[in-house]
Amino acid sequence: MVDILFYVFATTMLVSALAVILNKNAVNSAMCMIVTLVSTAGLFFLLEAYFIAVLQILVYAGAVMVLFLFIIMLLDVDKGENIFLKKNNIGIISAILGISILTILALFSFSAQNIPNVDLVTISQGDEFNVNKFDNTIKSFGQILFTKYMLPFQIIGFLLLLSMIGVIVISKKPKF
Amino acid sequence: MLSIGINEFIYVATGLFFIGLLGVLLRRNAIVIFISIELMLNAINLALVAFSRFNDVIDGAIFVFFIMTVAAAEVAIGLAIIVMLYKQKETILVDKINELKG
Repeated sequence: MVDILFYVFATTMLVSALAVILNKNAVNSAMCMIVTLVSTAGLFFLLEAYFIAVLQILVYAGAVMVLFLFIIMLLDVDKGENIFLKKNNIGIISAILGISILTILALFSFSAQNIPNVDLVTISQGDEFNVNKFDNTIKSFGQILFTKYMLPFQIIGFLLLLSMIGVIVISKKPKF
Repeated sequence: MLSIGINEFIYVATGLFFIGLLGVLLRRNAIVIFISIELMLNAINLALVAFSRFNDVIDGAIFVFFIMTVAAAEVAIGLAIIVMLYKQKETILVDKINELKG
C-alpha cells in the first residue's frame, strides 16, 4: 500500500524535474521546482525522516523558491528565444567525455568487489559517542546536533552570518 | 511498512541528479542553471536520507540539515551576484557573458 505512494512521489518528482529544465519560461521552471521539492519531501516522509521533510518544505519550497521567483520577476529576462545553449563541437565532446568519466568512476568505485566489506555501524562505534540509531523524533535530532556535531553547527551559523554580510556587500552601491 | 528497498531510492536520486546535470549543461539562463544546481543538491539529500534510514544511523540526516543550510546561504549569495551581473550586462544568458574570451 505504502509502495504505491513511493511510485507516485518518485514519478511526480522526476517528471516535474524534467519540466524544470525543459520549460521555456523561467517562472514555470520555478513552479515545477516547487512540485519537485514537495514530492521529495513526500519521499522523506516515506523514509520516516519527518523533521527533514518539514524542513524541506519550510526552507526550500518556502524560502528559497520564493527568493528565486522574486529575482526572476525582478529581472524579467524571458525573451522567448532559444532556451538551450548552442553547442560547438568542443563543448559536446567535453560534455560526453566528462559524463563518461563520471560514469566509469562511479561504476568502478561502487561495484561490489571494490567496496571494502566493513559494517558501517562498526566504524562509528569506534567513536567516543555511541552509534546514534536512526530516529524520527526531533529530540534525538537536536541531541546529536548539540553534542557530536556541535562544531559543524557553530560553523554553519557563522556561514549564515557571512553570507548575510556578503549579500549586503555585493549589492551595495560602490562609492568610487 | 515500506517494502521498497534502498536501491529504488538510489535509482530515483541518480535520475534526479542527472536531470539536474543536464539542466546545468544545456540551459542558457543563469537562474535556471542555478535551479538545476538546487535539483542536484536535492538528489544528494534524498540519497543521504535513504542511506541513513537503511543503515539505521542518524548521521546522514544531520548532513542533510547542513547541506540545506549551505544551499540557502549559496542561493542568497548567488542570486545577489546574478542581480549585479544583470545590472552590469543587461543579460543573464550565459553565452552572452564572454568578456574573458580571448
